[in-house]
Amino acid sequence: MNSLITRAKELLENKSVQVVIGYEAGPTSVARPAFITDPAKAGTLIYDERCVQNLAVYLTKPEVKHLGKMAIVATLPVMRSIMMLISEQQIFADSIVVLGISADGSLLDIADVKVMQGYIEKSDLGNPEKYKELLAELNKLSPEERFAFWQKELSKCIKCYACRQACPMCYCTRCTVEVNQPQWIPVQSNTHGNMEWHILRAMHLAGRCISCGECGRACPVGIPCHLLTMHLVDQVHNYFNVYAGTSEKMSSVLSTFEPNDKESFII
Amino acid sequence: MSDFEPKVVAFVCNWCTYAGADLTGTSRIKYASNVRIIRFPCTGRIDFMLLLKAFANGADGIIVSGCHPNDCHYTSGNFHAKRRWIMFKELMDFMGIDMNRITFSWVSAAEGAKWADVVNTTVTRIRELGPYVSYKELVNKSVEEEVKNE
Amino acid sequence: METTRKSIRKQSLEKLYNLLSASRKVYAPVIAPDKQVEYKYNPDFAEVTFEHIRSTLSVKNVVFPKVENLFFYSNAKTESTITDIDLNKIPEIVLWGTHPCDNAAFDILRSIFSWDINDEFFSKRFEKLVVIGLSCHLSDEYCFCTSVGLTPNSAKGSDILLSRLQNGDYQAEILTEKGNGIVTLSPELFEPISGEEVTVTEVKQKFNHEQVTVKLASAFENRFWIENSLRCIGCGACAYVCPTCACFDIQDETKGKNGKRYRSWDSCGFGLFTLHTSGHNPRQVQSQRWRQRIMHKFSYMPERNESLGCVGCGRCSSGCPVDMNIAEQLEALQNI
Repeated sequence: MNSLITRAKELLENKSVQVVIGYEAGPTSVARPAFITDPAKAGTLIYDERCVQNLAVYLTKPEVKHLGKMAIVATLPVMRSIMMLISEQQIFADSIVVLGISADGSLLDIADVKVMQGYIEKSDLGNPEKYKELLAELNKLSPEERFAFWQKELSKCIKCYACRQACPMCYCTRCTVEVNQPQWIPVQSNTHGNMEWHILRAMHLAGRCISCGECGRACPVGIPCHLLTMHLVDQVHNYFNVYAGTSEKMSSVLSTFEPNDKESFII
Repeated sequence: MSDFEPKVVAFVCNWCTYAGADLTGTSRIKYASNVRIIRFPCTGRIDFMLLLKAFANGADGIIVSGCHPNDCHYTSGNFHAKRRWIMFKELMDFMGIDMNRITFSWVSAAEGAKWADVVNTTVTRIRELGPYVSYKELVNKSVEEEVKNE
Repeated sequence: METTRKSIRKQSLEKLYNLLSASRKVYAPVIAPDKQVEYKYNPDFAEVTFEHIRSTLSVKNVVFPKVENLFFYSNAKTESTITDIDLNKIPEIVLWGTHPCDNAAFDILRSIFSWDINDEFFSKRFEKLVVIGLSCHLSDEYCFCTSVGLTPNSAKGSDILLSRLQNGDYQAEILTEKGNGIVTLSPELFEPISGEEVTVTEVKQKFNHEQVTVKLASAFENRFWIENSLRCIGCGACAYVCPTCACFDIQDETKGKNGKRYRSWDSCGFGLFTLHTSGHNPRQVQSQRWRQRIMHKFSYMPERNESLGCVGCGRCSSGCPVDMNIAEQLEALQNI
């Protein structure tokens, strides 16, 4: 990944950015997020198949923002997260340098948001193949079986909120579960309360989820909670023909409407 | 199951359906008394969490109703609600929560007869479905979970 | 009590397990379909694993459940009635096949829960706990028990410690009266030791915890905390999987006239953990929270509880979504 290192070094040396958010190798076999502020350390940046985390989550983190202007190593999900964050006015397009990474792992030249939009539009925006199968399998089950499946999975939840924290779209400084008037979601962890939490999370991400799967990957007990938001990605596309994170001007599906939205269940 | 009386909670908007339900009464139309009406300013205010809480607190069925499209007192509350309902319904289906137990409807202030009809058909349907045992079990099981170490 | 060493055949182990499982709650590790290692109450012996490195969650929930009711209340017009929890209903639990790190954690929890006042919920559960430990014959890159004063076969915290022998049978060290109580259920299963060697994994020492504690005393304002916590996303995974983290939140849940007060796990990694009603938050940023986590375990606890707050199980690091590796950071802290 020499071109990435060269580019990162250049940006830091000519002070176009103060920090490059990328990946580095850790002491174990997994790659981890890295924050490079010193051009001499740009050499530690890596990009390979181990680099799976959605780095866009750091764009709204106060401590990282505090470092100054940011450049970010961005695969397709990260670029789409950036688009969402721009459209929701959480970050400014010209305050971030995008070091795009193509599907085959090479460095893309993403000069501005327009170029990024062009790249995103050319890409496959549906849910990743490996999750499509799981979704299809679940959809084949009877409602009772699905209810049992989710009860079993969600009984494992320990309410550590790693799913929320790992999600770039969950940037609220005070999440609704941390409000206690009303206390929508019980503080304790039990199957029913956990289910309410995951429903709430999925609903708040409807039309905003960009299918990175980070919530499911982050879960320490292995709940496939990304399937909930990904199912809604399919449904949003099905009903409203849009994918999230494709334009800087896009408004979220659930905060807008079309008078002729189609449905068949309201009498 | 013959003595089963469904508990149905209706979340309705102040301007259309609530007035419509009022008209049902003043028109002396009889309808099922299983429904408990909760009045909201607008369907746009009816958070999906309220529906979940209704089930959690023992409702067997739910009615959500407001102004017809284009009739919203606040211009667009019901359009927003409609999109939310679509997503909510799909998510609930995916999780296996029984959407036959929720009726979504548009009932205007002039549709007293329609309100009676919405309530009656919902209550009849819920009566056939029986009490929402699986959701109640989920809630009860969760309470037991806490004490399983005892 | 003086430790006695016996040997127990694999088949006898099954008999012992079934004997225990028939009469009490046995909490034993199984491998779930998704390959995660989880503990279950009374699984079939065939399901019980002896080949696990670490379970996803620790077993601290047997003495410190993720949710625990403290009392129930009901409000009448002018007065309220409080119903206490009957602690005598807490059953005896036999922990089966827990590794030395997890077993050593119970004493650390005890030092926290009896530090100033004696927590009767914890004490009762701890009193009713019997631990049949299992030395580690497997380990991985996240293990660091040897860096915190333990070994893959430390007997600390176990009532009986099993260790695998080269021939596949097990050595049983009977360490306490509770352990002896288990033996007396069926003494014929325990045979004299054969002189066979035990198989124990090797865990490399990564740092010297005493030096870390010394260094931490003057490291409060160090840049280290900011630089090394940038990637922390502030979830509670590390604290919830930790066998020694003991922070909890207390909540009231009222429904109509009745309600209950319960406590549930909490984590110092959450921004809201220290938020005051006034809006002031003494730990405003993640670096302060990360510092608290390490300081608490390696500086405050040695000073106050005379024990480290860490057993080197490596769960926090293996479960972390962003690879916050605690052993690596402690190694670095040792040299600052």
